[in-house]
Parts: sequence; structure tokens; C-alpha cells
Amino acid sequence: MTIEFAIAIIFAIVLVASPILLAGLGELVVEKAGVLNLGVEGMMLIGAVTGFAVTSSFGSPWLGTLAAAMAGATASMIFGFLTLTLAANQVATGLALTIFGGGFSALAGKAFLGKTVPAFTQLFPSPLATDPIWRVVFGYSPLVYFSLAMCIGVAWFLKSTRAGLILRAVGENDLSAHSIGYSVTGVRYAAVAFGGAMAGIAGSMFSLVLTPIWAEGLTAGRGWIALALVVFAAWKPYRLLVGAYLFGAVMTLEVHAKAAGGVFSALPSELWAALPYLMTIIVLVIISLRRSGNSVAPACLGKPFLPTI
Amino acid sequence: MTIATRRTILKGGLALAALPVLPGLAFGQEKLKVGFAYLAVPGDFGWTYAHDQGANDLAKALGDKVEVTKVENVGEAGPNVERVLRELAQQGHKLIFATTFGHMEAAVKVSAEFPDVIFEHCTGYMTGPNLGTYNARFYEGRAVIGTIAGHMSKKGVAGYIASFPIPEVVMGMNAFVIAARKVNPAFVLKAAYLSTWFDPAKEGAQAQAFIDQGCDFITQHTDSPAPVELCERLGVPCFGQASDMSAFGPTQCLTSIVDNWGPHYIKTAEAVIAGTWAPAQPWDGLKDGGLVITPYNATVPADVQAAADVVKNGQIDGSFHIFTGPLKDKDGAEFVAAGVTPDDGFLLGMQTYVEGIEVIQ
Repeated sequence: MTIEFAIAIIFAIVLVASPILLAGLGELVVEKAGVLNLGVEGMMLIGAVTGFAVTSSFGSPWLGTLAAAMAGATASMIFGFLTLTLAANQVATGLALTIFGGGFSALAGKAFLGKTVPAFTQLFPSPLATDPIWRVVFGYSPLVYFSLAMCIGVAWFLKSTRAGLILRAVGENDLSAHSIGYSVTGVRYAAVAFGGAMAGIAGSMFSLVLTPIWAEGLTAGRGWIALALVVFAAWKPYRLLVGAYLFGAVMTLEVHAKAAGGVFSALPSELWAALPYLMTIIVLVIISLRRSGNSVAPACLGKPFLPTI
Repeated sequence: MTIATRRTILKGGLALAALPVLPGLAFGQEKLKVGFAYLAVPGDFGWTYAHDQGANDLAKALGDKVEVTKVENVGEAGPNVERVLRELAQQGHKLIFATTFGHMEAAVKVSAEFPDVIFEHCTGYMTGPNLGTYNARFYEGRAVIGTIAGHMSKKGVAGYIASFPIPEVVMGMNAFVIAARKVNPAFVLKAAYLSTWFDPAKEGAQAQAFIDQGCDFITQHTDSPAPVELCERLGVPCFGQASDMSAFGPTQCLTSIVDNWGPHYIKTAEAVIAGTWAPAQPWDGLKDGGLVITPYNATVPADVQAAADVVKNGQIDGSFHIFTGPLKDKDGAEFVAAGVTPDDGFLLGMQTYVEGIEVIQ
């Protein structure tokens, strides 16, 4: 195995891992605040089509990504209004958001079928970013560096800031947080909007970085992988980072094993496709064995909050 | 003056509006309601897109003689397929197209329940008194692009992004590598099954992996244009699948194999209207226009274009068949004897890989 080939594999892993890391970080914050938003896939699709449409119309992928974040956040506000203000069932509403996102993005994307935009690659200038060796550090899209920065940012926010403590309190014990005067609903709205924006950016990574095209159902279920990832990571940002790269490695290994032939290619492709979910189930089993019944999930996850006073 | 004009226009309009009704009344006919059950959505730019183009061709060609209904996202299998086909029949559709292989069981079952409704199933093999099948000889297109790859590939290694290990896909893979090896006997085809017809990110990742591992040609049997778009960026030649993908690869997409269902849909609807429909199993190729090779990219040298045209025209006039023996399977055993051209039944059940394929299950 040559060094260039190893770098090509690392490069591929990073590209696959980054969007699920972005979406997973958003969902992690949402779930830490006690809300379960299963609409990640739908928000990603809305982000993907918005990012593509804006980039195609105005020529700026930066603007496209910003628009994708805003579109994702807007979509998440529909979910927020239904589940936080009207206290609708979070699971059902999240699933509805996924279906809505699929349909809406298909409709909005009709005019953009068959078009391409320049790929949103390379933050750093060309000799550095295209160097066969150094591209492993400097050759990525700005969104890759953004995903890593956000991981550090979210970890710091949750662990070391007062606002992060309040957010965790809201997710662990909504009544206590409410009784000492914090707005549970307000905090959750903010978390849901953040999750939507991150899912939107993750979606735009598909339509601007990985495959700069628009096609219906472009994200092909990656939103569900991001949801599984949050559980896999036991709601810890750095473990989420490791998990995203592990999932990315599995998915990259799959395509390379198939291209190379040999031992790994003996595994059926259905098994490869199921691996991320299998890994999540195994981790869940390990967690529950270790904690002997105590859940690591935020205590108020998925529970509607209706203050009586 | 104005009023008079308006009245004139109104009269004219009424007369025009009455026109389409008249022939119908005269012959006591109603519009033929035609239903389509789609695997996915027309926006996939691949399989369903091609069927949708065919449905539009039908609506355009027969105008007010037909009324076309399309049901999207029926899926490849499951209870939904049966439900959709049954509902279409109950709503008065007299001709129903089930457009993917997985719709076969449901088409057989529902067609037995509605003997006065005509069903046609794409790429299947089961028929009935009111159930026909239709298919296109995709492998003929694969033979043409394999010829191009054989001439133009410097390393003689191509990557084939495949969906599922079904005969249709195996046949396409075999046709491609047989054609390429007629030009370059050392040609090797690496193939990978993705267990999906449509996952742009995965298709792109597979194309990237093939290129990283030394393939200098990419071809796909999955439906999204993602591999073509990636190849365009990386400067690797490739071929479009199911629809014309040249927009995604202006310099690298050398040609596309386009599924052209329109002629069959028009022919079938006309036969149903005329009352001459009978169950059949047409398998149209380049000759009948069921399949179209788009114009070659300007980057294909003239002599290669000529060689590809020889293969194309040979298949149109029937003088050339890609599966004529001698052919060996990938372990070196005899697959087709010298001088033998296998029949269609042999082709439709093909599950053996020929020499030159490094496959991967």
C-alpha cells in the first residue's frame, strides 16, 4: 500500500464522516435538551436542496451553506411549534418532518434537476491543498473544518459554560429547571433550531461537496445514521467524533474492499450496509450491561413539557 | 363591435371545445385510462426518469385518446405494490404498467383479479391472459460502451458500479467485458454491488475507490448521475446510465445508454384501443429503438467511434451478437461453445461471470 493510496482512503473517510458528524452534533444538542427530533433526514434534504438552489442561483457556496442552515432551522421550527408549544408527540412529529422534507425538497428541486454547481472544495490555496501528501491535512472543503470546530465548540459549550449546564438541566429534569426560573420551552426551541441548522448544513454537504448535484432523496438515509450515531456516542461529543469517523471508515472500507476484491469482499453487500446499525445495537447492549439498568440518555428525552404554573 | 367580436370568439371556442368530444361520441369510445406504477420518483434522473419520459411521450402522441396517471414511489416490493396496482384497476384504468422487476408477483395476482384490465410488467418473465411483459436489451448498449473502453483505456482496468446480482446486471457486466476484451484481451473489469439502485453518496464513493485503486474507466448500473459528476471533476472517462447524463460530464461522459420506453408505451396503448392487444414478451433493443446510444463525446477519437458504430450497427442488423461463443467463465471453464449464439432464455437467466471480471459478491 503506497502512502498516496493510504491518503486517498483517509480522504474518503473524512468526506463520508463529516456530514454525519455535523447532523449528529446538532441532534446531540437537541437530545441533551430533552427533545427527540427524528426529522434529521427531512431537514437534511431541505438543507441539501436549499444549498444547491442558492449556490446554483447566486454562485456562492458560502451563501448556499448559510441558506441551508437557515432552511434547516426553519423546518425545525415547524417541529418545535408542534412538539414544544402544542406538546404533540415528538416521535410522530419527527417522522412527519422527515416525510415532509422528502416531499418538499423534491418539489423545490424540480427546477434544478440535471444541473451541477462547482464543488465546494478546498479551503486552502491550491499548491497546499492539492499536494499529494499534504492534502490529507489541507485539502478539504471548509465544511470539514467547520464540523471539527463545531465538535470542539459543542463539547466545550455543554461541559464548561453556564448556558450548557442549563441546557443539560432542562434535558435531565425539566421540572427542576422550570421551578428555579429557567424557560424550559425557550431553551428547547433554541436547541431544536440549532439542530435544524446543523442538519441543514449537513445536507448541503451532500449537494455541494460530496456530489454537487441535486436528485430527489439525495441523502439516502444518512439522517438515520446520524440519529444512530448519537446513541452510539452515548450523548458525548468527542465520542460522537470517534463514532462518525468509525462509521465513515466502515463505509469507506466497504467500497474499497469491493474495488480490491480479496477477503473483505467476501462479505455480502447487505451486511456492509447494515454494519453502522449493527454497531449501534452492540454499543447499546454494552452500555446497558455496564450501567446495570441506568440509562445514559437524558432523563427527559422525548417527554413533552407542559408547565402547570 | 366589441361584443360581436367576443361572441364570434365564444362561438369559435365552443366549436373547438366540442371537436375532441365528437369522434369519441361517434365511435362510442371513452378515453383509455393508462396507469403507471413507478419504482421511485422521476427526479432520480435514471430508471424512473426514463419511464416518466416514456409516459409523457405516450400522453403527447395519443393526446386526448388517453388519460395518464402516474403513481410515484411505489417501491421495489412489499404490500404497497399490490395496493397501488389494485387501486389503479379499481379507478377504471384499463392499461396498467408496473415498471420494475419487483412488481412481478403483485402484477400476476392483481391481473388475475381484474380480467378486463390489461397489465404489462417491465423486465419480468411471468405472463397471463391479460398480463404481458416488456424489456429492453440493455446489454447491447453495454457492448458498445465496452468497445469504447477497450480502445481508450490505457491501463485496461475499469470499475463497474452495480446494484444487485440479478441476471440483467450480470448480463450487462459480461457484455461490457466481452466487448472490451475483443479489443484488449488483457482487459479487466472490477465490479462492486452496492445493494441499492440509488444512493448518490455511496455511488460517488465507490467511483472514487475504483479510481484510487487504479481503474481508468468508470461505468455504472445504478441510477444517479453522481459517478458521472465525480468523473468529470477527476478527469476520468465514464458512461451515462438510463438517461442522457452528458450534462453532468460534458467532457468525460463518452456516451449514455438511454432507456427509451416511449415507442413501446405508444404501441401498446394503440393496440389496446384498437382491441388487438395480446400478451407478449417483447424485448426491444437498439434495432427497435427500445434503447438509444446518445451521440459520442467529441473526446472519443474518430477510429474508436467507427469501431463502436460497427458493434452498434451489427446488433441493429443482426449480424453481431455479443454473447456468441467461444466464451469462458471467470474460472476458465467453457461458458458458451464456439460459434453458438445463446437464446434469450439463456440470457435472461444469466448468473455466471465471464472471463475478465473480478467480482465481488
